[in-house]
Amino acid sequence: MTRLAVREAADARQEEVQRRGRGLGWMSLGLGVAQLTVPDTVRRISGVDDSRASRAVVPLVGARELVHAAGLLTSRRKSAWTWTRVVGDAMDLTSLGMAIAHRRGRRRRRLLGVTGAVLGITVLDVLTAVQATRAREIGAAPAVGGARKGGPMELTATTTVRKPAREVYAFWRDLGNLPTFMAHLREVRATGDRTSHWSASAPFGTNVEWDAEIIDEATGEKITWRSTGNADVPNAGTVRFVPAPDGVSTEVHVVLTYDIPGGAVGKAVARYFGEEPHQQLDDDLRRLKQVLETGEVVRSEGAPWGKRARKEFPQRPAQPLSDAELAKGADA
Amino acid sequence: MRANTWAGRNKVKVRDVPDPKILNKRDAIVKITSTAICGSDLHLVDGYVPTMQDGDVMGHEFMGEVVEVGSGVPADKLRVGDRVVVPFPIACGACGACAAELYSCCENSNPNAGIAEKMFGHPVAGIFGYSHLTGGFAGGQAQYARVPFADVGPLKIESDLTDEQVLFLSDILPTGFMGADLCDIQPTDVVAVWGAGPVGQFAMDSARMLGAAKVIAIDKEPYRLQMAERAGHTPINFEEVDVRSRLLELTGGRGPDKCIDAVGMEASHGAAHIHAYDRVKQAVRSETERPHALRQAILSCRSGGIVSVIGVYGGFLDKFPAGAWMNRALTLRTGQCHVQRYMKPLLQRIERGEIDPTRVITHTLPLDEAERGFDIFKNKQDHCEKVVLKP
Repeated sequence: MTRLAVREAADARQEEVQRRGRGLGWMSLGLGVAQLTVPDTVRRISGVDDSRASRAVVPLVGARELVHAAGLLTSRRKSAWTWTRVVGDAMDLTSLGMAIAHRRGRRRRRLLGVTGAVLGITVLDVLTAVQATRAREIGAAPAVGGARKGGPMELTATTTVRKPAREVYAFWRDLGNLPTFMAHLREVRATGDRTSHWSASAPFGTNVEWDAEIIDEATGEKITWRSTGNADVPNAGTVRFVPAPDGVSTEVHVVLTYDIPGGAVGKAVARYFGEEPHQQLDDDLRRLKQVLETGEVVRSEGAPWGKRARKEFPQRPAQPLSDAELAKGADA
Repeated sequence: MRANTWAGRNKVKVRDVPDPKILNKRDAIVKITSTAICGSDLHLVDGYVPTMQDGDVMGHEFMGEVVEVGSGVPADKLRVGDRVVVPFPIACGACGACAAELYSCCENSNPNAGIAEKMFGHPVAGIFGYSHLTGGFAGGQAQYARVPFADVGPLKIESDLTDEQVLFLSDILPTGFMGADLCDIQPTDVVAVWGAGPVGQFAMDSARMLGAAKVIAIDKEPYRLQMAERAGHTPINFEEVDVRSRLLELTGGRGPDKCIDAVGMEASHGAAHIHAYDRVKQAVRSETERPHALRQAILSCRSGGIVSVIGVYGGFLDKFPAGAWMNRALTLRTGQCHVQRYMKPLLQRIERGEIDPTRVITHTLPLDEAERGFDIFKNKQDHCEKVVLKP
């Protein structure tokens, strides 16, 4: 199984947890409403209608059930809320045990029946709670708006370049050109007709390398690739070159998928991409347009190393660079 | 080198900064012989254009001599020793906007396209010395400047015209001209121009040059109105008369056929309470503009007429008279000037003597006195209309 497939399976499991959590929530709601609205019926069925204490306890338990229900039905954090149900089950079983010890006959039989049912529910609660906790630890839920906890991250971006599609395609297909506009890439080297070796600068001055292969392409129209082997950050991408309505330009549509790992590497990658990872890809495409239309990445005194979404303002003042600054180069 | 820099709100400072260097192959370095202070520089100094930083070199109207060219500038386009006027928008000449001659909307020349995109929806071109929103390019109120896309923008001056005759091809002459050009002027047209600053004066001259029957100047500074009157235009002082009544009188009740807003975001108003309303909203940043000239232009324009806006706006305004605009079939046209489109034809008009840009110059100062120049220009002291700086 590829790591992306693993991720898909984890997603499915997370969905299952959410579904079961909601089911338990509805059960709590039903029980809570019954205990609050018709406490005497509940007491009779449970065989505790002889106890004055139960007149106060049953509605209280009902109120507690409503809290479980609210949590389970409204929050995505099912693991914490299913555990509150497990605690509630323990309380209920304790009370039931005490009640059984003091009763005989018909009431005792009813109490035993109710206790059996509660035990069954407790098993279900514990199972769901354990599963929900595990699913959370794996971090299967894709983080919203970033890649904080790991998981697949899909980025899309598009630009229009005033060049014919075959020319834009040819520039991209010559993979060695990619680092001229993809800021984080150091080098892309073709190792075969469809295979290549990529290296990129990663946070803290480190370097990440991986192999990739083109898995689908149509000359002048489309290139699809994916990383192969044991890449640190498995990734895949598609770029489509679509003639624009003006008859001269080409729309470039890019979709990239990164499988952000958990743990320290994942955290570093997430930080590298920042709060708005799509901006990086957006920048890349702006630079692609600059390179193809004007010959190189456009620099200003405020942005001497070209377009960078996270360094637009504040940036260095719009005044000429000193020799030292120029010699130092980009401080990426 | 010496350069005039932004030093916080209401403060400019001439200081020593490093000499510019080639950063892109298509750059040239220009030794500046003349530069000017623009009305839009006042918006920066007054703090109404966001993303200025302490130390930013100001100035987007300049000319001089090419002293260095990058390896990507073809010799038939530009060489060391050429005398050039530099247009204020930086344009690549190759993108879709440039192909459509919309140079001030160049899609490639602004490395800070992201800020512009957030403010304006789509990015705008880089501009010299005009905030980081327009690229963070060092400006031309300096001894030297780096000029990107030197094979596209700079206009070579090969005749013996003086600096003063051609300097304003960098901005205010084409800007004023575009204001009139957008009006699609007919020989029967009465054209009203709000603002008798340098751009307004050139919009008036251009409207007449393009054949308007009558040109009206609206301002409150008597010396500026006199300058317009001397050039043959009809003055209205909005502090002395009601603009709408006077315009009706001058047009037989029709209203001007074409209206040009050459004022922009910091208009003043004859009625103190309306001025105060906008000034307060602007001060608390709940509207960025004081759009009085624009509102009055829309309300005054005859039905079916054109309102052309060349005064600078940067953000949001309220009380926009949408009802007048829509119900009376007005056309609103605008844009930062696409200078590259107009430079050559305007140079020819100057050479033929059809227009005299020197008539607006009231002060010439050394670059080191830029602070004083800003002061007298902003406060309209000493009958100041246009300040030229000599590095």
